[in-house]
Amino acid sequence: MSLKGAAAVVGIAELAPQRYTGDASILDLLSQVGAEAIADAGFKHADIDGLVVHPIGGLPGFVPATVAEYLGIKPTFAELVDLGGATGAGMVWRAAAAIQAGMCTTCLCLTGTRRRGRPQNRKQQNTERPPPRSIAPTRDRSPAAEFDSPYGMVGANVGYAMIATRYTHEYGLQDTQRAKVAVDQRKNANANPKAFFHDQQLTIDDVLSSEVICQPLHMLEIVMPAAGAAALIVTAADRVPDAKQKPAWILGAGESVTHSSFAQAPNLDATGIGIASRAAFNMADVKPGDMGLASLYDCYTIMVLLTLEEAGFVPRGEAGAFVESHDLTWAGDFPLNTHGGQLSFGQAGMAGGMSHVTEAARQIQGRCGERQVPGLELAYAHGNGGIIAEQTGLVFGASR
Amino acid sequence: MSARVIPPISPTTQPYWEGAARGELMLQQCSACGQRPFPPHTHCEKCGSAELAWQAASGKGTIYTYTISYRAPHPVFRDQCPMVIAVVELDEGPRLMTNIIECDPEHVAVGMAVEAAFEKIDDSDVVLPVFRLV
Ligand SMILES: [Zn+2]
Repeated sequence: MSLKGAAAVVGIAELAPQRYTGDASILDLLSQVGAEAIADAGFKHADIDGLVVHPIGGLPGFVPATVAEYLGIKPTFAELVDLGGATGAGMVWRAAAAIQAGMCTTCLCLTGTRRRGRPQNRKQQNTERPPPRSIAPTRDRSPAAEFDSPYGMVGANVGYAMIATRYTHEYGLQDTQRAKVAVDQRKNANANPKAFFHDQQLTIDDVLSSEVICQPLHMLEIVMPAAGAAALIVTAADRVPDAKQKPAWILGAGESVTHSSFAQAPNLDATGIGIASRAAFNMADVKPGDMGLASLYDCYTIMVLLTLEEAGFVPRGEAGAFVESHDLTWAGDFPLNTHGGQLSFGQAGMAGGMSHVTEAARQIQGRCGERQVPGLELAYAHGNGGIIAEQTGLVFGASR
Repeated sequence: MSARVIPPISPTTQPYWEGAARGELMLQQCSACGQRPFPPHTHCEKCGSAELAWQAASGKGTIYTYTISYRAPHPVFRDQCPMVIAVVELDEGPRLMTNIIECDPEHVAVGMAVEAAFEKIDDSDVVLPVFRLV
C-alpha cells in the first residue's frame, strides 16, 4: 500500500506575502485564497469534500468546522494539522491518504496568517526604563516552557544558531557559504513578482554586514515574518481529467517527529529530515539525484545546508562547498527554492512552509513563467517544524 | 540573580527543582534499564518502566553547542545580552538547555568542560541550574 499516484495537486493559489494585513480577518484571507485555488483547478465549491487546516490564533477550537462554514463547504473529511513549518507538506499527503481511503475525492489544503501591524502606542526605547522583572508563563505548561524558556531559548533564532554552531564544529562551514544560499535565493525572488523582496538585490557582503542576531547567524540569514495565505487542491486520480490545470502527481511522502525541545534533538547526522526524506524517495522509488528541483524549508540559511545533506542531495559535510560551487537559481545547475525561499519570498506563518509545496507543484505544472525550470519531471518539497522537530517530505512528478 | 521566564513546575518535575534549591543537579534513572530521562518523565523513555529513581548528578559536562544572543530573545532578558545560551551534555549522558555564566562569550567553544552552578531567579523562589566554564 502506497500513496504513489493516488492523487495530484491540480489547483494552487497564494496571496503575495505582506508585512501586515491590517484589519482583514484570518477567515477572510483563507476564504479568498481558498476560492482562488478552487477556481484555479476549474472546480466549484460543491466539488470540495475534504478540508485540511491548521490551528489558528483567535479560533480557540472547532477550526475545520469554522473554516468550512465560512467557505461554504460541507466536507466529509475534516482535519487539523499542527506540525509547525511542516504543516503545509503534512497536509498534502494527508489529503492524498484520505482520498485513497475513500473519505473524500477533492481536498482543499489551507494555510495562512494575518498580522495586524504594530501597535500605535508601543513605548519608545527609553534608557531609563526600570530593569525587567521575571515573568511566569500563564498558559504554557510544556517541558519547553519549564526547561528551555528560563534560559532564553525562546523563539527559533537561538535554536538554529546552535545548529549552525554545532554543524560548523563537526564539518566546518564558512559564513560566505551560508550567505550564498540567501543570495542565490534572492536571485530567484527577483524573478518572482509575488516575492516580498522581488525588487531588491542582495550580495554576500550585504548578508555578512547585516547585524549578527545570534552567533553566527546574521539578520539576512533569518526569515522575516509576514502575513499571507496559500491553498492547494488535491484531487483523486480519476478526477484529474476534470481539472483545468495539469496535475502535479503526489508520488511519495514521508514524515518524522523526533523531539520538541531542541536540547533533546538527535545528532545532526540522524535527524528526522533524513527519516522523512528517505521515506518519501522510497515511496516514489526515486533518488534525490533524480530531482530537477529542491524546494527545501529555509527558515534560516543553515537549514538549507543541513537538509541538502540529511535528505541525501549532498554527501555529509559537503553542503557548504556544494552551494559555493553550484548555481542554485532557476537557471542554474541545481535549482533550489525557485520562488525565493521563505528568506526572500516571505514567511507568512504556515503559508511560509506551504510556499515550498506550492512552488514545487507549480513548477511541475510548468506555470512559473520567467523562473520556470525547463523540462521539469520530478521535484522534492520539504517542510520543517519547530527546531528541526517535525519533518515532512513530498515527491511530485509530472507523470503518474 | 537575574530576571527570567519562571519555569512552570509540575509534581513530576518537583524533585529536580527541589534539588536545584539545595545546589544539586538531580536526574532520574530507570531502575529497569539504567536510562536517564530528561526532562523528568513519568515513565522511562526507553523501556516504559515507571520505576524512576532520583539521584544527584555530578554536575559536570561539556558544551554540545551554544550561541551568543546579542538581542534579547524575550524582553525579560533585555539587560543580560549578550548572553550565552548553550546545550550542555552531562557526563551522565542527558543534554539540557542552559546558560554559560561568568564568562567572556567570545571565548566559549564547543567541547569546553563546564560545571553546574545555581542561580536564584528574581521575583521567584525558583533556583535555576546554570553552568560555568571549569
Ligand atoms: Zn528504562
